[in-house]
Amino acid sequence: MAVMQLREAISLTLHQEMERDPSVILLGEDVVGGMGTPGGPEAIGGIWKTSEGLYGKFGAHRGIDTPISESAIIGAAAGAALAGKRPVAELMFADFVGVCLDQIWNQIAKFRYMFGGKTRCPVTIRIAYGAGRNAGPQHSQAVYGMMTAIPGLKVVIPSSPLEARGLLTSAIRDDDPVLFFEPKALYATREDVPRSQLLDPFRPPRQGRPGHRLPLGPRRQVVPGAAQAADLLAQEGIGCDVLDLRTTSPIDEEAILDSVELTGRLVVVDENGPRCGLAADIAALVGEKAFAALRAPVRMVTPPHTPVPFAVELERAWLPSVERVADTVRATMAWREGTPR
Amino acid sequence: MQLSRDQMLNAYRRMKTIRMFEDRLHDEIQKGEIAGFTHLYAGQEAVAVGICDQLAPRDFIISTHRGHGHCIAKGCDVTGMMKEIWGSSEGLCKGKGGSMHIADVDQGMLGANGIVGAGAPIAVGAAISAALDGPGENGLAVSIAFSGDGACNQGTTFEAMNLAVVLKVPAIFVFENNHYSEHTGVDYAVGTSGDIASRAEAFGMKVWRGNGCDFFAVTEVMREVLEHVRGGHGPAAVEFDTERYYGHFEGDPQRYRGKGELDRIRAERDCLAAFRESVRGAKLLEGADLDGIDAEVSTLIDAAVAESRAAPRPTADDVTTDVYIAY
Repeated sequence: MAVMQLREAISLTLHQEMERDPSVILLGEDVVGGMGTPGGPEAIGGIWKTSEGLYGKFGAHRGIDTPISESAIIGAAAGAALAGKRPVAELMFADFVGVCLDQIWNQIAKFRYMFGGKTRCPVTIRIAYGAGRNAGPQHSQAVYGMMTAIPGLKVVIPSSPLEARGLLTSAIRDDDPVLFFEPKALYATREDVPRSQLLDPFRPPRQGRPGHRLPLGPRRQVVPGAAQAADLLAQEGIGCDVLDLRTTSPIDEEAILDSVELTGRLVVVDENGPRCGLAADIAALVGEKAFAALRAPVRMVTPPHTPVPFAVELERAWLPSVERVADTVRATMAWREGTPR
Repeated sequence: MQLSRDQMLNAYRRMKTIRMFEDRLHDEIQKGEIAGFTHLYAGQEAVAVGICDQLAPRDFIISTHRGHGHCIAKGCDVTGMMKEIWGSSEGLCKGKGGSMHIADVDQGMLGANGIVGAGAPIAVGAAISAALDGPGENGLAVSIAFSGDGACNQGTTFEAMNLAVVLKVPAIFVFENNHYSEHTGVDYAVGTSGDIASRAEAFGMKVWRGNGCDFFAVTEVMREVLEHVRGGHGPAAVEFDTERYYGHFEGDPQRYRGKGELDRIRAERDCLAAFRESVRGAKLLEGADLDGIDAEVSTLIDAAVAESRAAPRPTADDVTTDVYIAY
């Protein structure tokens, strides 16, 4: 075991998987960095420092630095996968999904189905997502909710170094296409992580009950924030069953429904918006399949239906906060039939 | 380039198969038995066959919405294709793809594709794979993106050409210029006065041009292109001037065509007629050899249609299979 940052856990996993399987290649913008500059290759090693040393160790055919061409990057990953390789493509910001959506949505996600089940497309797309770094409306979005709606893709969202390590290993080895969303506000969070290979199944979700702590991180990031709200509420005698879903496609319906059966109440916290999103999806699931277990209306804690704002105060107000989560849980506990919402 | 007798007979057989496949679909679609949108390749056969006859199964191609010809040329099963277009569960894609998505990755055919311009980036990916594998006995495996004069205007195609040049991978961008992107003329839509090859050249590749209605011309040009790309000299582009005998899609009234244009291109630019003339003029094959193939192919297509008509249909249970390998 070693204490490592989330970005280090990703880098270590990439190194190990590329060593283990010669068909694994990495491609993306500045994943090598410095190509064609006086500083020379590996002057950067990825803007998130998640791919340092890969070019030197595995060469230009496997550590592939690309021009700024998202459609070509994702399309090339698709083609290399069809040709028998196991590519890992990096999208520098989740917002850029909009640039290459056709390759993700109409190509990679659909090959297996539209070719009658005879094709494998084992692509992993690593995508840095999320607000919390004041990157403004085009560099801060979460996006994984939209991607969860696309059949044919798996969607994985680690929230800690340990999860990133185990889930990225699984993602790369998975024979279906996987979108791997890396929380960029949490790249520097630390946790004890094994150096030896770690394979973490996509299900079930990780549980953070009082006494079983999820790792700490910025208070406005969804999973750490929810865990901190739960700690706060525990001091008031309110026990929360915190489910860190980790994968939204597939989603562990059973774990969610079991938890609702246990508690009778559900607060869904998400960084995607309130409309047609992941929180609404989970609320609908519980409304449909666990209605009888509910002792209060399902509540959603999400950002408002707006773009992600830039200014520090605005972004802080936009993100779900520990306080908002705690207040919503308190309101849910206090709810009685006939009380105004 | 001297082709053997067998090579010439095979080439003619494939071109004729494509022509009869498409002509027959044109007729059958009018009877109303075939669902969806179908885009026919008739007129362009020399391009697909002249190229694919020089490829091995380890070489990849990716096609377009007008993909039947590339599929047949790369070795997809003709009856399986016909069944797919009929929507049968015995079709090459179990009836889940249809005309625009026929694929057979084992044959190196990465699929027809319904999105204009989507193929070129994917082809570059297969070329990245080929570069990583390194040269075999005959040099590098190659990856070919077929695009039309429509797809040549998509940003994805530009990105793919640049990426291929930057990475120096064995990709070949084949532009089949049939003068119409859907219902719009190439002189209008391609800003370089309709010249696609020059634009590709500006990305830093070596380019070729050829008559896409002449099998022997295509073969000769592609021999040079393949030698260049298999030799590890980076990507290349080729523009073939060719003709589309039918509309953009079946049912297209083709009001954009000039008076007598369709009769003229069928009379003057028919790759099958040109092939017959060439081989008989040079005394390479007899007319009877080719007549024999015509009869053979006609039987094959008749049988494919009859089998497709009688083939099993998919059921509602099939809707939810083949989305994931494991979920």
